[in-house]
Amino acid sequence: MNYLTIIFTAMLSANFVLVKFLGICPFLGVSKSTKSAFGMGVAVTFVMTITCLITYPIYTYILVPLGVEYLEIIVFIFVIASLVQIIEIIIKKISKPLYNAMGVYLPLITTNCAVLGVAEICIAGDIVFDLLGAVTYGLFGGLGFTLAMILMSGMREKLDTLSLPKPIEGFPVSMLLACFMAMAFNVFVGISF
Amino acid sequence: MKNNPKDLALDGLIRQNPTFKLVLGTCPTLALTTAAINGVGMGLAVTFVLMCSNMIISLLRNVIPSKVRIPAYILIIATFVTIVRMFLNKFAPSIATAMGPYLPLIVVNCIILGRAEAFASKNPVVDSILDGLFMGLGFMIALTLMGVFREVLGAGTVFGVKLWNFKIEFFTHASGALFTYALFIALFVYFYGLYSKKSKRKALLADKKEVKA
Repeated sequence: MNYLTIIFTAMLSANFVLVKFLGICPFLGVSKSTKSAFGMGVAVTFVMTITCLITYPIYTYILVPLGVEYLEIIVFIFVIASLVQIIEIIIKKISKPLYNAMGVYLPLITTNCAVLGVAEICIAGDIVFDLLGAVTYGLFGGLGFTLAMILMSGMREKLDTLSLPKPIEGFPVSMLLACFMAMAFNVFVGISF
Repeated sequence: MKNNPKDLALDGLIRQNPTFKLVLGTCPTLALTTAAINGVGMGLAVTFVLMCSNMIISLLRNVIPSKVRIPAYILIIATFVTIVRMFLNKFAPSIATAMGPYLPLIVVNCIILGRAEAFASKNPVVDSILDGLFMGLGFMIALTLMGVFREVLGAGTVFGVKLWNFKIEFFTHASGALFTYALFIALFVYFYGLYSKKSKRKALLADKKEVKA
């Protein structure tokens, strides 16, 4: 599989949020304003890229030769947890408003399915076959996540002005919006290079 | 703090249902409900991990320093997920394949960490195990219902048994998953509203009777 296909698959035709359903919690939780959606997207993209850069070699060159593949879940989650800690410290130093905007969701990147998911998909061996491919997949998967977050937040901002029936307020209506977005992303399925 | 089993059961299954009320663990809910059997499998796996992790965390609740509690919880959860994965790979490889990356992702399922933080870290062992059991069952029932709904409409089968030729493939797609989830939450909120109004009215009536007496 060539890199162009990896890029296209990761970002659009197998979009992390809308097709693979990874990272739905921040997608519904932090998408109330475009600014925080963008901040969250950038943070997740960053963590996803570096996670792939680290976990892929660990799995391929350490766990497999030693025959301890079953430790993969524990090792991956620890790499991710420490990465998130480091990034949290950096963001706190660089931009206070961005740090405030992401609030409680920054530590939650550890438990963001998209991050552990990307590590698992990279080693599953049906899309990614080398380190560069893994990093590409992580980077563009993250960009796809950011794209979905920003699109969603744009619509959510309009949603506040509507009056809705009580049962579909909140989560259900956001999910209906996501449903229409998923339909739109369906047009990318089946394109390959 | 005393919790009676009936309250724990009602909380897990209805009042604090992790899927419909708290909207936690959405990723596997959306991804794995294309077939009812996957919903059951995921539900069972999560119930097992939740019960075991709640038990261990409750036992260690006075030992784990609060500063490092999240990494400690994640390590405990990851251990049990690894056990589940080994078990499924050995005894039910077809279910393990169907779950794909969502099986290891049980580690980051918000329900498990959420219950560890909100319940098991503050309550005695037996209560925590029961809480894990009922929360897990609430999750499993929700996933199974959604799985049956999507399988019947999307593929015309239920648990792999063919019902008819009629099918709407929309429900097997990603957009169908989101639509189904939205529909189920809306229905849950509607009926839960009716139910809580009724029980409130009952409580009020009982109060009035007591006052009169």
